[in-house]
Amino acid sequence: MIPAAPIRSVTDLTVGDVVAEASFALTRDSLVHYAGASGDFNPIHYRDDIAQSVGLSGVLAHGMLTMGLAVQPVVDWAGDPARVIDYQVRFTRPVFVDATDGATVTVVAKVGALDLEAGVARIDLTVTFNGSTVLGKAQARVNLA
Amino acid sequence: MSVNPELQGRVFPPVAPYLVGREKVREFSRAVFATSPINHDPEAARAAGHTDVVAPPTFAVVVQEATLAQLLAEPDGGIDFTRVVHGDQRFSYTRPIVAGDELTATLAVTSIKSLGGHSMVTAESTIVDASGAHVVTAVSTLVVRGDE
Repeated sequence: MIPAAPIRSVTDLTVGDVVAEASFALTRDSLVHYAGASGDFNPIHYRDDIAQSVGLSGVLAHGMLTMGLAVQPVVDWAGDPARVIDYQVRFTRPVFVDATDGATVTVVAKVGALDLEAGVARIDLTVTFNGSTVLGKAQARVNLA
Repeated sequence: MSVNPELQGRVFPPVAPYLVGREKVREFSRAVFATSPINHDPEAARAAGHTDVVAPPTFAVVVQEATLAQLLAEPDGGIDFTRVVHGDQRFSYTRPIVAGDELTATLAVTSIKSLGGHSMVTAESTIVDASGAHVVTAVSTLVVRGDE
């Protein structure tokens, strides 16, 4: 099958362009949902007492949930999840999810580098919770060829 | 007990094949706030050139999970999972995962490093389809905290 034409072209991009911004409201429900969908049932993601017993201030989001949602604004911008050919992050800080207030994670996606020959854009993500970044070196390579 | 440095270079037997279900892709997509119709609607996916719904970029972790369980269960590995923190994660795709794929993952420990009393274990899971063709490689670095 022939893939649909990309809705973006690398030649239209400049390093530093902000291509997408989004914010996500996480609740404890989000964590339970992700636990079930992913099979990661580590209780530090749903039980405050267990999280506190290992020295955390309370329940935190799965790092893989933060990684998973942070790329979604890039997917929407690219038009097809298949265009994300490489995605990496470093987990630098936890996202604590309060039982009543939840947590808000914000994502800013910028063009970090362009490979004009291959038609690939590297999109760098700044992912923030409570005023601090929670992911380091968060980079998605997007095939726009 | 500390991480056994002899784990470096070890290749594990492939885990049992994982059949990617359409409803699992949809469920995972909802869980990571993925709203693209290509993640949810087979017609939209086909219109974009795919055979069925496409999994979000981080879905490969579901397939990778059984390989990390192998690593943590390795009798001479010395990895105490209560001390494990996920350091970093990468997915490198040759093609996207779509519903209907039967995927087989094979784990290799590519590096063990010590850093300030902690061990950094890099585990690479190579995921192939039913024909043996490469789909995605999932690389995790696990930080195993040392005794305090």
